[in-house]
Amino acid sequence: MALAERRITATEARLEGFDLVKTGWSASARADALQRLREMGLPDRRDEYWKFTRPDTLVQVETPKASVFDNDEQPVFDAHDRLRIVFADGVFDPDASDDLSLEGVSIERLEDIADKDIHWAKDLYGVLEKRGQSPVPRPFAALNTAFATDGLMIHVTGKPSKPISLIYTHGKEDSDAILHHVIRVEAEAEATILENGPAAARFNKCMEVDIADTGKLHLVRAQGRDHERRAVTHLFARLGEESVFKAFTLTVNGVLTRNEAVIELNGDDAIAHIAGACVGDGDFHHDDTVFITHDAVNCESRQVFKKVLRNGATGVFQGKILVKEGAQKTDGYQISQSLLLDGDSQFLAKPELEIYADDVACSHGSTSGAIDEGALFYLRSRGVPEKAATNLLTLAFLAEAVQEIEDEALAEDLIERLENWLARRS
Amino acid sequence: MLEIKNLHVKLEEEDKQILKGVDLSVEAGKVHAIMGPNGSGKSTLSYVLSGRDGYEVTEGSAMLEGQDLLDLEPEERAAAGLFLAFQYPVEIPGVGNMTFLRTAVNAQRKARGEEEMNATDFLKLVRARAKELKIDAEMLKRPVNVGFSGGEKKRNEVLQMAMLEPKMCILDETDSGLDVDAMKLVADGVNALRSEGRGFLVITHYQRLLDHIKPDVVHIMSDGRIIKSGGPELALEVEHNGYADILNEVV
Repeated sequence: MALAERRITATEARLEGFDLVKTGWSASARADALQRLREMGLPDRRDEYWKFTRPDTLVQVETPKASVFDNDEQPVFDAHDRLRIVFADGVFDPDASDDLSLEGVSIERLEDIADKDIHWAKDLYGVLEKRGQSPVPRPFAALNTAFATDGLMIHVTGKPSKPISLIYTHGKEDSDAILHHVIRVEAEAEATILENGPAAARFNKCMEVDIADTGKLHLVRAQGRDHERRAVTHLFARLGEESVFKAFTLTVNGVLTRNEAVIELNGDDAIAHIAGACVGDGDFHHDDTVFITHDAVNCESRQVFKKVLRNGATGVFQGKILVKEGAQKTDGYQISQSLLLDGDSQFLAKPELEIYADDVACSHGSTSGAIDEGALFYLRSRGVPEKAATNLLTLAFLAEAVQEIEDEALAEDLIERLENWLARRS
Repeated sequence: MLEIKNLHVKLEEEDKQILKGVDLSVEAGKVHAIMGPNGSGKSTLSYVLSGRDGYEVTEGSAMLEGQDLLDLEPEERAAAGLFLAFQYPVEIPGVGNMTFLRTAVNAQRKARGEEEMNATDFLKLVRARAKELKIDAEMLKRPVNVGFSGGEKKRNEVLQMAMLEPKMCILDETDSGLDVDAMKLVADGVNALRSEGRGFLVITHYQRLLDHIKPDVVHIMSDGRIIKSGGPELALEVEHNGYADILNEVV
């Protein structure tokens, strides 16, 4: 009883500062989400799903401060031709953004369409999130649906000529931002979405992705810079027949990052790849929590997560593949690996498979290790100094995850960030 | 070129003496071979010279052109001109062979205060050298030694040697795991690198490699010491009579 009460008190305290939007097409979804949230409550340390990551600072009312880090490194993706859409501390910045019109896609701001009674996003907003609440509750996603202040409704109907780039800048050391995006990809349509930037002192982001039969979506995300920032993000994706969804996330720095991905393969022959690479130092804490459901025949899913940890950094991976009855010919692959650059860092992994079909191929592996001494000596014996050799082997370790990015120019850009990060710490 | 004096080495982990006073001098332009039974300390000598962890030098010295090798980190020894062709070349998944070669070449150039080689010149050079060793373009793209056959790995060692142009090359049982054709290819690669300014130390169990890489001097090593030195005929003697006669003779 005491436990439940404490949880209710903490949840209600957090909710006090929010006003529920009561008009427009999203009102009912928001009200439902609030009710959901009240039923499940915000997580505390005793939650099994939050066993490896302390949710306290995400729950607490006051935003933990995060100073704004400034260096002259060119922001990631800057060199690429893209449609720039900027959110400053979670608020759309029209002056810094491009015009939102681009052939093959319609992009609208949540705030601009808030008063409409009918909108296509009504069928998805909070809907995929709600589906993703079972079997495991994800309270921060419900909080997001209820109280998101901004976000984009992206409707991909063709093949836009350039990536849609969401840039999250951070300027206030106590900003607390909640963004909710909905993306619908129609049949035969294909788009690339980029996301980057520290976003806010505390950032709660939810992205709902619905891909129709034969649609394709690529998502490349770079979370970085400001070390004191905290983020909890949710990605809910539903895939139709022969559709493809490929997501990659690079994370550098951050005292707390929890990236949850909930993917449903609902149409036959669909492909979902979700990958991540992170590098962290000191009080860096990074959590990838993934839940993939195979509910159709002949689908392929890949999870590739690599973490480089040093000076006491912590990495978490909770990954599950659920193969439902009848989801025959499923090809599921899951790998989570950490490279511990010293004895103080730790990697906590919970890989899971749950299979109810009999003709499937699923594999999972999780490892933790140090730099290969034999390879290190081999490189040094060829004249490569120890630090450079260590960095080269570290990049090699991350390669399997980075290779999941199809666009080579984008991959190169992210590799450069990794090289810079490693160089700064050599 | 290489001057080893009274070198005593023990394993760091256990109190076991492996080298018990090795004296060896390899002159520029010469090929010296070390032969000896298993466990005589041949490979330990190559590891100690290249700076591998796990060994403790308790006495003696090893100089390369007047520079004390034992004071240097492995990468500094490489930059000073030492090269070890590994008995078991290491596989490095995720690092392309080309990247590996360019990183190594440029790291050594940098350490010597020379200008780094640009990508175009490097590519030209590596392609030419690879061709001589019958290493195809595909092998250059693959991760270092990953999925290479025994012969390919050893040819890759020789390619690295050709690219790095060391002053002193140590070949640690380069013939192990090779068939006759592969051995000939490797030996041809090594012979092409023989020059007045370069010394070689060829460590081997068998005479057969020395049919292809003709040594100037042959040493017999046993129980951590060089017990006999002579001309190429010494290798033939081992081939015909085994080590027993020589060992008995010395004792």
